[in-house]
Amino acid sequence: MKNGWLRFLASVLIVAFAGGLAAAAAADRPLLVLSTTSVENSGLMAYLLPKFEAKAGFKVVLAAFGTGQAIRAARNGDADLLIVHDKPSELAFMADGFGVERREFMYNDFLVVGPVDDPARIAGMTDVEAALRRIVATGALFVSRGDTSGTHKAELRLWAAAGLDPNSFDVSWYRAVGAGMGATLNAAAGMQAYTLVDRGTWLAFRNRRVLKALVEGDPRFVNQYSVLLINPERHPHLQHDKARVLADWLVSPEGQDAIGSFRVAGEQLFVPNAHQRNASRRE
Amino acid sequence: MNFGDVIGQAFRLIFSLDPDLLEIIGRSFQVSLSSVVISAVVGAPLGAVIAMARFRGRGALVVVLNALMGLPPVVVGLLVYVMLSRAGPLGVFNLLFSPTAMIIAQTVLITPLIAALSRQIVEDVWQGYAEQFRSWGIRPIRAVPTVLWDARVGLMTVLLAGFGRAISEVGAVMIVGGNIDHLTRVMTTTIALETAKGDLDLAMALGLILLLMSLLVNALSHAVRRVAGPAASLARV
Repeated sequence: MKNGWLRFLASVLIVAFAGGLAAAAAADRPLLVLSTTSVENSGLMAYLLPKFEAKAGFKVVLAAFGTGQAIRAARNGDADLLIVHDKPSELAFMADGFGVERREFMYNDFLVVGPVDDPARIAGMTDVEAALRRIVATGALFVSRGDTSGTHKAELRLWAAAGLDPNSFDVSWYRAVGAGMGATLNAAAGMQAYTLVDRGTWLAFRNRRVLKALVEGDPRFVNQYSVLLINPERHPHLQHDKARVLADWLVSPEGQDAIGSFRVAGEQLFVPNAHQRNASRRE
Repeated sequence: MNFGDVIGQAFRLIFSLDPDLLEIIGRSFQVSLSSVVISAVVGAPLGAVIAMARFRGRGALVVVLNALMGLPPVVVGLLVYVMLSRAGPLGVFNLLFSPTAMIIAQTVLITPLIAALSRQIVEDVWQGYAEQFRSWGIRPIRAVPTVLWDARVGLMTVLLAGFGRAISEVGAVMIVGGNIDHLTRVMTTTIALETAKGDLDLAMALGLILLLMSLLVNALSHAVRRVAGPAASLARV
């Protein structure tokens, strides 16, 4: 029995590892939805999913990342269903053959928030381009997500629309924090800076301190969310049937009503709009 | 933020025995204790072997092992993510975004820590025994269990260090677990989430509870040491 204890050790490890694998494989796998931090932090999915699960009879779990990270994970085959909000990267996902169906199903809007003393004097403006130019002109602090999330990409598009290039911005006033929406708001509150935020996260956010909604209502602020079904040919191991049940429910009258009835502090956060939108399908 | 409120909220949370909170605390312990057990089973004998054996490149190995104590959790998380992702080499096991993935990540994180610290402790104990074992003609490898047993009090502290690092890290479990409610949500990822929601009081109260849990584990191990330590020494004499 030379090295008997070593052999014992090895067998313990193997049994533990195999046991773990078996347990993981045997478990009835819930549907894994990758969604964005804005959807989770606002509490929308925690409101919708119990309603859906009661009807569908299976569990859904949600992991929240920025749109960029969520789409990358879905490309790797690590998600059963994708709910994101950045049209250009969604279309690229479809064009590259990773998605089979993309349905726009709800929207909310962005707004620019900032310190109450408002050094750039943008309060009440409804033209986001003019407001952004004024922030640049005064050199007031601005915090950017800087994490390739849907909100970050929307912010970059707004700067471009205003004829400005964020790559040329000086760190003395433009701070890319590389963090989720909530962490970015915490940073903006701490620095007394302006930032772009989706209304859902803003209304649910508890640490506003000096921050106040300043610019809203510009049509360019529309923030469209889509649900993307993943291509079974690319990733046959995923739970495509269950994913379709959830996607169908989100665009159904029942799902749309549920989205419209979600309120935080009496305010509606998301506007259902599946019926006005055409699903884009990859044949 | 008012610290009185935070402390009050922390105690209200504890005594309310909120099922969600208990579940999250339970999962934190399940994940981190599993990691410590696996890391101890692998790391302590590994450290002992390195302490007792003499071979070429041993010095370099010790340096590398010591350096690995500083592995950033987020890098470990990324590494395990890439391995467990469907596109990765272990993708077929379908472990990403599961507690098992979190245990794997924390095990990778703390095994070098436990091995490196065990190496140091065993080396000190071994100094006193090396000659004796050699005169009895016992090869060092056969002496590993004896020496580990003799160094158990010091090794307990090593395990506590490993447990402390595991239960307090957020970078690795966030990436491989995904902070999924009722599945992979642990204390640290909950604190990160509540901070992101801007509920700093709740986040801080949860942090306080995590600290209390850590205190409890350390107090328990201290009690065990006081009871077991002297008795075992007497038996040896």
